[in-house]
Amino acid sequence: MPVRVIIPTPLRQYTGRKEFVEVEAKNVAEALANLTAQYGDLRRHLYTDDGKLRSFVNIYLGEEDIRYLQKDQTPLHDQDELSIVPSIAGGTKLRCICR
Amino acid sequence: MMLKLDQSHLDQIRQHGARDYPSECCGILLGRADAKDKEVREVVPLKNLRHDSARAQALLPLDDPGRETERNRFLIDPMEQLRVEKDARARSLDVVGYYHSHPDHPARPSNYDREHAWPWYSYVIVSVQKGEPKDLTSWVLTDGRERFDPEQVDALNL
Repeated sequence: MPVRVIIPTPLRQYTGRKEFVEVEAKNVAEALANLTAQYGDLRRHLYTDDGKLRSFVNIYLGEEDIRYLQKDQTPLHDQDELSIVPSIAGGTKLRCICR
Repeated sequence: MMLKLDQSHLDQIRQHGARDYPSECCGILLGRADAKDKEVREVVPLKNLRHDSARAQALLPLDDPGRETERNRFLIDPMEQLRVEKDARARSLDVVGYYHSHPDHPARPSNYDREHAWPWYSYVIVSVQKGEPKDLTSWVLTDGRERFDPEQVDALNL
């Protein structure tokens, strides 16, 4: 069952410039595992060193955040479309409040 | 790569930084990119979602919500990001980067900035000192995620 993973512009340099990648997967976890098995350089920008999806990386099935579905166990069907969407975040160094 | 903007884009970013002081402001840079440069066509100011702490905390939890607030953290709603990106694509534009302010802090990326970044994008930072916008810099994350490299900002005087 091929599903389509849309690759955001900054990460296309790791997928040979492809805008989307088709992978065989029954759920979101499998889709991401297959994607990063094919394109290993993507891994560090999606996962932390201990293998967890980075907290600022969101996965959408169509227009729904998988966090509000069944997370990475969300089942996928033929022709489903997954998007990788960053929560853009940042900030300053925290002030010392010790004194 | 080099980031090309009009003077009016730089003014928009600086003014947004001053307007939202002492909170952090944020927004998206839309434009076109080739192998050499990124050229900004539009600056899209957005709401710092850290003002809505419950929703922000559900999306991207902070380690220390007592000390981390909209004054030292910003967050762009991923739904907004999707909406802006889709709208841009329909006009053959792409998200080329983001901007945010550092109230009463230098225009240098923090470790928190680095942990939440992807390569390729331009991350513009404007320092706002006592309400006055000062230095403006742009940064690109290295492939290995170790650090941000400074990016040349070319302001076209149009």
